[in-house]
Amino acid sequence: MQADQNTTKAGRQATAAPAAKSVATPTGAPAIELKGISKAFGTVQANKDISIRVMPGTIHGIIGENGAGKSTLMSILYGFYKADAGEIWIKGKHTQIPDSQAAISAGIGMVFQHFKLVQNFTVLENIILGAEDGALLRPSLNKARRELKRLAEEYELNVDPDEKIEELSVGHQQRVEILKALYRQADILILDEPTGVLTPDEADHLFRILNHLKDEGKTIILITHKLREIMETTDTVSVMRRGEMTATVSTSETSPEHLAELMVGRKVLLNVAKTKANPGRTVLEIENLKVRDEDGVERLRGINLQIRAGEILGIAGVSGNGQSELLEVLGGFANGTGTIRLNGEELDLTGKHSDGQSRRAKGIAHVPEDRHHLGLILDFAAWENMVFGYHSDPAYQKNRLVMDNAGITAHTQEAMNRFDVRPPIPTLPAKSFSGGNQQKIVLAREIERNPDLLLVGQPTRGVDIGAIEFIHKRIVELRDQGAAILLVSVELDEIRALSDRIAVMFDGQIMGERAPEDTDEKELGLMMAGVVK
Amino acid sequence: MEKTPKWIDVALIPLLNLLIAFVISGIVVLLIGENPIEAIRVMVDGSLGSPYGWGYTLYYATNFIFTGLAVAVAYHASQFNIGGEGQATLGGLGVALVLLMVPWPNWYLALIGAMIGGAVFGAAWAAIPAYLQAKRGSHIVITTIMFNFIAASLLNYMLVNVLRPRGSMDPATARFPAATHLPTFHDMPLIGQFFGKSVPANVSFFIAIVACFLVWGLIWRTRLGFAIRAFGRSEPAARYAGISPVKIVMAAMLISGALAGLMATNNVMGEAHRLVLNSVEGAGFIGIAVALMGRNHPFGVFLAALLFGFLYQGGGELALETSIPRELITVIQALVILFTGAFDNMLRGPIEQFFVARANARKEA
Repeated sequence: MQADQNTTKAGRQATAAPAAKSVATPTGAPAIELKGISKAFGTVQANKDISIRVMPGTIHGIIGENGAGKSTLMSILYGFYKADAGEIWIKGKHTQIPDSQAAISAGIGMVFQHFKLVQNFTVLENIILGAEDGALLRPSLNKARRELKRLAEEYELNVDPDEKIEELSVGHQQRVEILKALYRQADILILDEPTGVLTPDEADHLFRILNHLKDEGKTIILITHKLREIMETTDTVSVMRRGEMTATVSTSETSPEHLAELMVGRKVLLNVAKTKANPGRTVLEIENLKVRDEDGVERLRGINLQIRAGEILGIAGVSGNGQSELLEVLGGFANGTGTIRLNGEELDLTGKHSDGQSRRAKGIAHVPEDRHHLGLILDFAAWENMVFGYHSDPAYQKNRLVMDNAGITAHTQEAMNRFDVRPPIPTLPAKSFSGGNQQKIVLAREIERNPDLLLVGQPTRGVDIGAIEFIHKRIVELRDQGAAILLVSVELDEIRALSDRIAVMFDGQIMGERAPEDTDEKELGLMMAGVVK
Repeated sequence: MEKTPKWIDVALIPLLNLLIAFVISGIVVLLIGENPIEAIRVMVDGSLGSPYGWGYTLYYATNFIFTGLAVAVAYHASQFNIGGEGQATLGGLGVALVLLMVPWPNWYLALIGAMIGGAVFGAAWAAIPAYLQAKRGSHIVITTIMFNFIAASLLNYMLVNVLRPRGSMDPATARFPAATHLPTFHDMPLIGQFFGKSVPANVSFFIAIVACFLVWGLIWRTRLGFAIRAFGRSEPAARYAGISPVKIVMAAMLISGALAGLMATNNVMGEAHRLVLNSVEGAGFIGIAVALMGRNHPFGVFLAALLFGFLYQGGGELALETSIPRELITVIQALVILFTGAFDNMLRGPIEQFFVARANARKEA
């Protein structure tokens, strides 16, 4: 915690320092200045006292993991959310942004990760949508056509104005979004994870466009979790972690590994009492596993891994590099190609002959990364969650028709005592428990099945310190009983403390494997950034 | 966060909503120059004031219990089944075919056969939209609504071209054999003496009550119910747990359609004794309001069905005894649906805030 505060402070000083040196044209007031922005959703503090200055005519990167609060911050700036506290200053003026119209008139344009385009309208129609000059469309369309031609020449933003959106490639659709913002006279452009859906070529083109825009004096905020993009395109970069702005630095004065460290963060040193692993037979073999997402983007690009009984394999990496997809395929609720063998038996990856139930029956237990959306049903009582996924188990049935609710409740009571879930009340809905206690419920459910293979994603995300130690102890205990464990975490310290072997994932591939005693944070950081194999 | 007591959610808010609906209805009655107090008296008298009234109120309520349960079961799987009307229509066809084609020796065997016929036909009618939703992603609201129209046309065709007795001018089936007539409340021991010969309420009312218990058991006591509720609350979590979305949507909709189809044992077998055009008379749609108001809980559905039975029967009496037009009854029903269903959240927010504020104030004091 202490370290956190120091970096934050250092970050603020860096921000407060007179306009970063590397900035191209540091003229006068910042294009955007946020002062002490805070925003909470229920008990979750998405943004904590965030201050940032973006100088005009620069590309300013905001980097952080999924869930660090980047998008929330930008949504506040664009008027989608109202901040609980803090001020927004635009071009030196204190500005209220109650809705996106206000943001647009303040000169802010936003390109969302998921485009907001009408699929069966033409490019031109999309451009003028919401910015029509009058009841008749023709004059607006003509004006937009002229303007579009000018913008295309000026910024290498070529799109056929009469093509329908659905006929365009993703990269071209994104250009339409940028054109929309420019047509509305935006001189501050926010791009949210713009390269997530692009091919490398398209991404290169996008960055050329952004540089053109910068040369013309536009200000660009680039939100991403990809270190390489930040290093290649930005002038200044701010790092966010868990809702806080941990640092703002000149890109030329930083390095990928330093940024990775700031993003992932250090925690109090984790002490896990564990003996040396005593690996037995091979439990899990993965060969050339590939997964594509709905948009056809390859998220896993040929993964090869092995895990033996009685060892913990830790997967390190910045989140969003394919770890989630790996867990989903193994857990049986996403499809892929390649080969996965469990105890020598090949698993079905097509989803036709397998699902979460059959994976469980084969001895794979799964503590998912996102316990709120996957691991638990928040409205269900603790006892219902305690058998969720195993509810067809004969042990939980009273007879052929009816579930043994009383028996399950009693079993839950015992499990809650064993796992120190507080309060130990089986009838309380899952949403009433704290993050740590929710995770203990999931963990109790999965560990007490004595699985051959345990998949664990982010076991201690949003979990208080006391529970972290407890959860780590249980995972090591399960290993010592002879289970194979696949641990995915973005907390490098957690990976290093728990793992018997560490594999680093970057961009859907395994960059390499290391023994924890033979490596250090620096090397792992470089591997996570995709710099070193 | 403070929580409001449960009784506010399940009792106070529905009752307040109902009160507002009645007050506004009263104003409407006043506007057309009638006395609202007198109107209420006629409605209560006509529906609850005599065994005769009760006989009709409970008969209507039986219809609404079945269609209300149908909507509730689908709702737990987050499927909005608007097709109760069509499924009940097809259920009627199933019941009629079973009763006309098999020479049943007595009413209770006939009832078992009719229940199977009604449930199977209702479920089959729900199965097509369910399949399209589960496999193809066609929205269930759209498809079930369209299937209501198809069901009406199908019934029309069947009655006119297939089932109409030779020589009859009436688009209806022949009368069912007397052996298949269900005992009405008048025919029953103990209570029979209170009811007149003509009351339509029959043993189906008790089947509806049994159905309430079975649905409750299904949703909260069985594996399938567990999976249905899990899927309804969180589809991603259900996928993680290995619950098949296709199976759940199909199962929930088949059960839903079967329940709607069972309604035909009441209106077709128990009352009309033959199948006529538009036999369902909108009960499928009332079921949506009943399920909404009953919070998709079988007990709530039962109570809400009684209320709508009262509105239906009382409204009929109102049209008979006063110069208030029949259409106004529809307006009153619509107001009840509007306030208990659509405007439900209007009062909820302020009332919950009031109780939370009061609880906080008490804590500080």
